[in-house]
Amino acid sequence: MDVRGKRLTLDEFMNTELSVKHYPEMEYNWATGVAITKFLKGLKNGKILGTYCNDCDRTVCPPRMFCEECFNPMNHYVKLPDTGVINTFSLAFIRTDATRREKAEIPAVIDIDGTSISPSGFLHLIDEDVSHDKIKIGMKVKAVWKDEKDRIGDITDIKFFELLEDD
Amino acid sequence: MTNKVAIIGVGIEGFRSSIRELSYKEMVYQAAVKAYSDAQVNPRDDVDTFISCEEDFNMGTSITDEYAPDQIGGAQRPVHTITGDGIQGMAAAYMQIKTGMFDIAVVEAQSRASDILTHNQIQHFALDPLYVRQFDATHHTAAALEKQIYLKRSNTSEDAVAEVAVKNHNNALFNPNAAYGIKATKQDILQSKMIATPLRSGEVSESADGAVVIVLASEKGIGNRDVDPVWINGISYATNSPNFHTRDWQTAKYAELCAKKAYEMASITNPKSQIDVFEIDDTYAFKELQHLEALGIYESGEAGKALLNGELGRKGSNPVNTSGGTIGMGNGHDVNGLQRVAEVVHQLRGHAGKRQISGAKTGLAFSWRGVPTTAGAIAVLGGN
Ligand SMILES: [Zn+2]
Repeated sequence: MDVRGKRLTLDEFMNTELSVKHYPEMEYNWATGVAITKFLKGLKNGKILGTYCNDCDRTVCPPRMFCEECFNPMNHYVKLPDTGVINTFSLAFIRTDATRREKAEIPAVIDIDGTSISPSGFLHLIDEDVSHDKIKIGMKVKAVWKDEKDRIGDITDIKFFELLEDD
Repeated sequence: MTNKVAIIGVGIEGFRSSIRELSYKEMVYQAAVKAYSDAQVNPRDDVDTFISCEEDFNMGTSITDEYAPDQIGGAQRPVHTITGDGIQGMAAAYMQIKTGMFDIAVVEAQSRASDILTHNQIQHFALDPLYVRQFDATHHTAAALEKQIYLKRSNTSEDAVAEVAVKNHNNALFNPNAAYGIKATKQDILQSKMIATPLRSGEVSESADGAVVIVLASEKGIGNRDVDPVWINGISYATNSPNFHTRDWQTAKYAELCAKKAYEMASITNPKSQIDVFEIDDTYAFKELQHLEALGIYESGEAGKALLNGELGRKGSNPVNTSGGTIGMGNGHDVNGLQRVAEVVHQLRGHAGKRQISGAKTGLAFSWRGVPTTAGAIAVLGGN
């Protein structure tokens, strides 16, 4: 394609005398708070937690301290199974630094079983070794956990979700 | 109906030097629940528009406004963000109600300074990248440059500046929402470490975590709710040229400009005698005096003298920062403005406890957006 203008090399782009560089140091340390602290501690212990809203009669995951629907507090924590359903998924070939993956990573939104609405769960990964044409929306999946000694109270304490159905 | 706008609910969470047991969403929720209870509104049904005041770099998330709705009851409702001080957000809400299309508006602002590990870097990042940021001077240096010229021009003494910090730390002792109530003395301030001449660390407000939610309503929105409305008689905001080479270093021009407009709206011709309580930006102690003069409450050079005469104290004729101000409350950055509004509301309702100014009928809240900005916002509030 013919593009008007002059194509710059990376070296020209970064080192031209017409630009000013600055590399900010930005570090944060977010407090996880009441509900997400409980959720993360649950993951460390191999459990997925949700909260139940009395007023809306619904269970949601991840847990929250308040219900965004009725705005009442949510104090009732429930242990949910570590299984769920694929709400939506994608085969991702590009990393955040824009480099290309040979083997796709498979992010998916998982609706955790035992919750009452969809979506209610979290973004995670599907086992990247499954054959791509097997993955379908609505398919049942199960968490594959890290070894207990390696769990730190983080969403990555679940390694990925494996497909339960086989067709 | 005259289409007047009132504050009908106020909720504060914090301020504390850090709130680590709640996430930022949970902290805002706590403030929101209090505000909605005070305003007798259900956010899920009654509120027509929500405004959140927050900035990406302070929150550590780009497009941070997208995370605003849930904790203020605004999920699937009209929500937008103002990247600025809470009073700027309140002005937006005021204008929305004035259109006649909205009757109840919510304004929220928050500070999660304790979530930021490199606070000086974030502040430094606000300086002009082409030819200011290269100097390894902290953002406080900009305040020092301003203080230097203010002291000279107004002939204000260092004693007066130190006494601002003393007064505000002491006022904060009477405010359960204040993070930095301290029985400070003038010597503590004058002997604190020099940051950049003539600015000492004792004159600089320390960061704090906190959230404020306020509910605004038209007369129709108030309806027959059992609330205690405080009317917004004037509100405005202004920004001077912010560049270091084009701004007016001599005066806080932004304060002068927005005050002129707000006084006009509120029919104030003599703010000193017509206004009973003042919450005025004191992010740096000298700024309280500089702002009092720019707002036309004192002539140039007179604010410091008035302070030393006791006029600005809780028992004085023009009490300034009964809440403790930003020095006593803690610097909540974007939430400072709403904190000042909240204090004026408490005073005009007669709910300020031990710091109550008896008979307070009219109050002024003025906020500066902090270094390196030249932006200010003002609200003149009244009872009845
Ligand atoms: Zn609910």
